[in-house]
Amino acid sequence: MSIASTSVIQIIPRTRRGVELLLLVIAIGVSVGAYVNIGITVQDTVPASTGYYAAGIGLLAVIAHLALRYRAPYADPVLLPCAVLLNGLGVAMIHRVDLGLAVVAEANGRTPKSAAAPQQITWTAVGIVLFLVVILVIRDHRRLQALTYTAGLAGLVLLVLPLIPGLGVNLNGARIWIRLAGMSFQPGEFAKICLVVFFAGYLVVKRDVLTLAGHRFLGLDLPRARDLGPIGIAWVVSLGVLVFESDLGSSLLFFGLFLFLLYVSTERAGWLIIGGLLFAGGAYFAYQTFGHVHRRVTDWLDPWAIDGGQVKLGLMGQAWGGILGRGLGQGHPEATLYAQSDMIISSFAEELGLTGLIAIILIYTLIVERGLRTALGCRDIFGKLIATGLAMSFALQVFVIVGGVTGLIPLTGLATPFMALGGTSLVANWAIIALLLRISDQARRPQTPAAPVSDETIAMAVQTQ
Amino acid sequence: MNSAIRRLAVAAIILMLALMANSTYLQAFRANEINGRNDNRRVRDSQFSVNRGPILIGSTPVAQSKPSNDRFKFQRTYASGPTYAPVTGFYSYVNGRSGIELTMNSELNGSDPSMAFRRIIDVISNRPQQGGSVTLTVNAAAQQAAYDGLAGKTGAVVAIEPKTGRILAMGSRPSYDPNLLASHDLDKVGAAYKRLDGDKSRPMSNRAVQELYPPGSTFKLVTAAAALSSGKYTPETKVKSPAELPLPQTTTPLVNEDGKNCGGSNNATLTIALRYSCNTAYGSVGLELGPDALREQAAKFGFGERPLDELSGVAASQFPGDPNAPQTAQSAIGQFDVRATPLQMAMVAAGIANKGEVMKPYLVQNVKSADLKTVSETKPETLHQAVTPEVAAQLTAMMVDVVNNGTGRPGTITNVQVAGKTGTAQTSKERPPFAWFTAFAPAGDPKVAVAVLIEDANIARNDIAGGTLAAPIAKKVMEAVLGQ
Repeated sequence: MSIASTSVIQIIPRTRRGVELLLLVIAIGVSVGAYVNIGITVQDTVPASTGYYAAGIGLLAVIAHLALRYRAPYADPVLLPCAVLLNGLGVAMIHRVDLGLAVVAEANGRTPKSAAAPQQITWTAVGIVLFLVVILVIRDHRRLQALTYTAGLAGLVLLVLPLIPGLGVNLNGARIWIRLAGMSFQPGEFAKICLVVFFAGYLVVKRDVLTLAGHRFLGLDLPRARDLGPIGIAWVVSLGVLVFESDLGSSLLFFGLFLFLLYVSTERAGWLIIGGLLFAGGAYFAYQTFGHVHRRVTDWLDPWAIDGGQVKLGLMGQAWGGILGRGLGQGHPEATLYAQSDMIISSFAEELGLTGLIAIILIYTLIVERGLRTALGCRDIFGKLIATGLAMSFALQVFVIVGGVTGLIPLTGLATPFMALGGTSLVANWAIIALLLRISDQARRPQTPAAPVSDETIAMAVQTQ
Repeated sequence: MNSAIRRLAVAAIILMLALMANSTYLQAFRANEINGRNDNRRVRDSQFSVNRGPILIGSTPVAQSKPSNDRFKFQRTYASGPTYAPVTGFYSYVNGRSGIELTMNSELNGSDPSMAFRRIIDVISNRPQQGGSVTLTVNAAAQQAAYDGLAGKTGAVVAIEPKTGRILAMGSRPSYDPNLLASHDLDKVGAAYKRLDGDKSRPMSNRAVQELYPPGSTFKLVTAAAALSSGKYTPETKVKSPAELPLPQTTTPLVNEDGKNCGGSNNATLTIALRYSCNTAYGSVGLELGPDALREQAAKFGFGERPLDELSGVAASQFPGDPNAPQTAQSAIGQFDVRATPLQMAMVAAGIANKGEVMKPYLVQNVKSADLKTVSETKPETLHQAVTPEVAAQLTAMMVDVVNNGTGRPGTITNVQVAGKTGTAQTSKERPPFAWFTAFAPAGDPKVAVAVLIEDANIARNDIAGGTLAAPIAKKVMEAVLGQ
């Protein structure tokens, strides 16, 4: 470890729970303010559901906060308020689009669909329950290392689930959903967590081997050819996701995760180059060979060609929002397809403008950077890798979906973390935040005088089990 | 290991910065282009929901937005819709806009740059955007007279104030009710538009400016103007005016309508020839002058340009490019390929009335913002000096003679001296001829110039003559302006 990093470890231990509570109050205030604002502009009155909404979001946030106070007092104080704010704003915007869709339905003489916002609040509650389970049950993240291969298998199964006939459904061009008991799930969201655990556990053990240098080329130490097996498998799996589930986003996410963790554990930039080339080559091959991948790219290159295409409608909404936005309740986000799920970022950009969108991206950035900071401060390699993996999965996912909606890259079916309508993603993201908080608690907790167990010992212990 | 994590942290920030940069480009720099797209429903919806300013005649609205209890918040309504439809046009959610509603859209909905200050105040004080008002030059009594006069006929009327170019009346029939297209019942709007668009009588066409017709004998005013301006003619110059004028290069002669010579003479003066509207006389003058002199004179009256930019689809009147001798003779009497809008023929009369100075016609008197501050006021503008004041005076005298002693008698107004010219234009044997009358009054101090065209009056063929059909309508419109 470098000299600079030792300074990070020597933080004066403070719990900062009071700061977290203050930030939570602000986050809840902003969310409830947005909700009330929408009610006033659209319905000319403070909506009757404000109490339900405020109590729901507030109570859940406070429960999460109390759990941290008692079970993870040294956890990062910024992560929870950021997540609450995104979740709260997301519900408010889903409610806003509910109202817009109801107006349109009424104008066309149809009965409006049932509101989605209460559903999303219910899912928030489920998410907080999982959050509590993670915080209360996993008292030490290092115990997850024992589950390395179980997690790997679970991740793979979850990844493949949408491909099972009768279970998986094609939605919006991608096959990343399953339908079970009348409800839709996106198993990829949980596969992501399982795979991070698996990659971390695997790399803790194998990183020494993978660090061994092979040829030196253009100033880079390339790995030995015989060590290319793992990256090859990850590549094939991610290409499989791209081809069979036709989702560039998920594919990029899983392969990117593996690559980042490989890079962090070996510190060999050569892996990034090899991986990047492999992915680019595979993606280009898929683009040339498979119609659905090709269509995604042409839709991206010329979104204006498709009449009523969701990207086109979304871009129009964003342009209409301009720099300052139309104001909450004053745009037409409902005019965009999937304005509550895939395209929710476009809804925010329309009503809150470029200013609001950048604020939201900054909150995501804050979560990512706090996650990576947790990784820096973490004392064991396994925890470092998990924190890095979770934080970078967040970064990649935000980049892929926001980039897709704003026309930077081809659109894919990934969920906008914490904001998009959809239970699976929301619940999984709460689990991710809980894990990051759990690791950060350990990272920031004052060290006990007893000599810490070295990473290698734990790794050996896992192997001998 | 930590240095790798730090690099990833930087990489993550770069990804986020890329998102922000891309969105900045989209929402700050490309927004205008995307908002202007035709298929952008958001912009259309929001503009449709704006408290759009009224279109006014004096202080009376002929188009205004009234609050409505549906998703569009405001309902556009047109008082006496069909009367003013050629001017106001319509404002439809489904079928777009036309007329002043189209050309003055940004002023009416308040998004015009000239109203930016007002808009900022609205935003700060949290008031909804309010559009500005557009006041027209149209005279309500004259417009009504034009509309009533055209009842049961297919045709158009344009009245102009000669000194300024203000358009006092612009009627066109058959007309339509813009209220049908502004309705919020979108299915009905679609059906109404389909019906109007498919109607063979083309009620949505503004015949006053959008259609071109052979001007017939009213064009003799242009030929006379060219002759007098050439210096080779005076109103008393005698010209060849037989019953049949043999033309070079063809065996078909040019004939007078009644098959006789001109007022009993084979050598009538220009004045007499105009009084009886002799084709052979003006045909021979046209041959003498040549097509270039005629085209030049026509251009000075406004032929070849779109004289009005406040309406869309305004047609440019035309004089044929390279006619041979018989075609030149035909052109000199407003036949062959000479084509003019009723607006253009009104401009010819107005130019003569205004001492030869043709004013640029305009419909919009002023634009006011929602707080009644004048944003713009139209100033009269000279289009061309068509003839000298002397020639204009000579032409006026000749036109007075037409009304007092000749074909224009039905245009006479008690106690007011009218100057005018009739026209009857044949296109083909199958369809009835076009009846024209163009005039101004009072001849000594002109307050109004008018042109009337009747395309199809549903009466027997031999009754068609500008004097009997079109002149009474012109008379009513002029009387309305003069307050008689």
